[in-house]
Amino acid sequence: MKYITEYRNPALVDELIKQIHLINTKPWTLMEICGGQTHSLVKNGILEMLPKTITMVHGPGCPVCVTSVSVIDEAVFLSEQPNTILCSFGDMLRVPGSKKSLLEAKAQGADIRILYSPLEAVQLAKQNPDKQIVFFAVGFETTAPANALSVIHASHLQLNNYSILASHVLVPPAMEAILSDSDNKIDAFLAAGHVCTIMGMEEYYPVAEKYKCPIVITGFEPVDLLQGILMAVTQLENGECKVENQYTRYVQREGNQIAMKTIYDVFEISDRTWRGIGNIPQSGYEVNEKYKNFNARLKFNIQIPLAEENKDCISGDIMKGLKKPKQCPNFGNNCKPEHPLGAPMVSSEGACSAYYHYANSVIS
Amino acid sequence: MSEKIKMQLTCPMPKFDFDIITLGHGSGGLLTHRLLESGVFNILKNDFLNQQHDGASFQLSGNLAFSTDSYVVSPLFFPGGNIGDLAINGTVNDLAMCGAEAKYLSLGFIIEEGFMMDEFWRILVSIKNAADAANIKIVTGDTKVVERGKGDKLFINTSGIGIVHHSANIHHKNIKAGDVIVVSGNVASHGIAIMSLRKGLEFDTSIESDTTNLNNTVLSLIEQFGNNIKFLRDPTRGGVASVLNEIAELTQLGFSLDQKSIPISDQVEGACEMLGLDPLYVANEGLFIAVIAKEIATDFLLFLQKDINGADAAIIGEVTTENTGKVILKSRIGGRRFVNYLTGEQLPRIC
Repeated sequence: MKYITEYRNPALVDELIKQIHLINTKPWTLMEICGGQTHSLVKNGILEMLPKTITMVHGPGCPVCVTSVSVIDEAVFLSEQPNTILCSFGDMLRVPGSKKSLLEAKAQGADIRILYSPLEAVQLAKQNPDKQIVFFAVGFETTAPANALSVIHASHLQLNNYSILASHVLVPPAMEAILSDSDNKIDAFLAAGHVCTIMGMEEYYPVAEKYKCPIVITGFEPVDLLQGILMAVTQLENGECKVENQYTRYVQREGNQIAMKTIYDVFEISDRTWRGIGNIPQSGYEVNEKYKNFNARLKFNIQIPLAEENKDCISGDIMKGLKKPKQCPNFGNNCKPEHPLGAPMVSSEGACSAYYHYANSVIS
Repeated sequence: MSEKIKMQLTCPMPKFDFDIITLGHGSGGLLTHRLLESGVFNILKNDFLNQQHDGASFQLSGNLAFSTDSYVVSPLFFPGGNIGDLAINGTVNDLAMCGAEAKYLSLGFIIEEGFMMDEFWRILVSIKNAADAANIKIVTGDTKVVERGKGDKLFINTSGIGIVHHSANIHHKNIKAGDVIVVSGNVASHGIAIMSLRKGLEFDTSIESDTTNLNNTVLSLIEQFGNNIKFLRDPTRGGVASVLNEIAELTQLGFSLDQKSIPISDQVEGACEMLGLDPLYVANEGLFIAVIAKEIATDFLLFLQKDINGADAAIIGEVTTENTGKVILKSRIGGRRFVNYLTGEQLPRIC
């Protein structure tokens, strides 16, 4: 596969590993923001190749994992409304709500469709004028432009049977929440390449400056990750705290202006509750006043009581990087992908799921 | 398997009373009789079926193998096949994995009211072609029609009986550390071919299902290598990873795979990458995994690669005494990780 195999080149990997070993003199703790990065690290066996002095902790960058129980409850509520089709990305279906998951609602008769693109949901709305189509719009800044575009399209088509349940979350406020936590032990971040492809680099300069913390925008393939780690460790060893871009083949400093304009046309910044972490001010997107007719929360007058997280799940500590999945007493016994206590065990990008699937005990 | 035999029987559809299947076609009365007479018996005719009895009686000698499977694939028609040939090949292959040559199959239909007669006919034609290609006879069957909304167009069950080859000794207890793991071709084609048509996921591709019968391929290997073939399994649902986990658990040995050696077509690999799927968990239909004695590994591979169903066969790993009960993958870049059971369906990722 052109443009992928090059970034899985074993010789390049070896060279980068050697350089990291060579430059590293002190113990450092790095957090990779994105769940896609976590999975790549674990799936490719990269963690065991790094010097023992470098600890990778896995950040909150899995939209499935951080979506709160209450939002899942809202989605379940919508899926159970008469004449309503709830459309969702596949990963969300198994995430437990306070009473049930979307998968259980589907099994009980709710019309829930797995889609790859919100624009397919708009198409569905066009084809089914007698039904209400709701798209479960989760994700970080990465998926926001397409979700916003679906609203713009529906508006142009004058569809009054399309709406979205927005549950977008934003990376920089989450990074600040982690860095300002009194227990914080993160020395540097590998920022999420896909998010920065949309949003650019500007938002990260004040964070790096304020917390004196190197931030390297990094891709997802083994060579990307190792190069990102090398850049971050080099900064730490030199006492620097810059924003650097490893993922230059996609990320530009100013981001994707068209995508950002689309986001700002439809969404406004709002407070958001993160699973396991709690409320982070100004850390999400909600549908703005201009497009309020496409906001499922208003359209269906959703009034779901705030639900409590499962107390046995330590997802907050996992996503703040304070604990590793294997430090959870429920990991692998009471909490498995088939019976998850919390979302990090569900999502294909969740840290617990990554550890369970690829590294659930020590390889001899 | 581009050279897969595809008999092109193009029987014109006989005249039926209805364009669609109705509840009456499952009532056991006149409509059922006509559907069977003009449809099923007409195309699948053989000495056993022609008797139109409640069951078939026949003689077989030797050790026998017996298997059953139900087919609920959606969509019914997909690139490279349909539910009809899948239902024949699947049961024939299950018998082949027991070291048996399939002889006789039963065929049960559960049809949803309203199913199009011309689609039913196309499926019957595929069943006929697949049965002829596998050299088996359909000797008994059943047709039921359920109310609209109580099924999903068409479900098929087939059961089959085969004669176990005298040299075959296929059992997980025969597997020892040092044995070699072979896969007979490119992985994940069937699952991706189906996925490419699923509602909401449609993408353009020329990927075809690998559905085919494996009985000739497997029996010629058994003829040649006898009990040096320790274990056979077709990695259908759950893919290669699930089968190997089952064997690892049964044998309490370690199964070590080398990612570099696992054959996969560029298109399928690209589709998996795009959809966020791990090809090791994606379903296959015309593929088998063999665990064989190390001594015959080279000869076995050369022999298999000359077969029409084995051109892309490869040695993908070995059985070890380390990590007992587990499957371990050495990644392309040299790291190692576990390969676990699939949990639920492989769901598409979201970003």
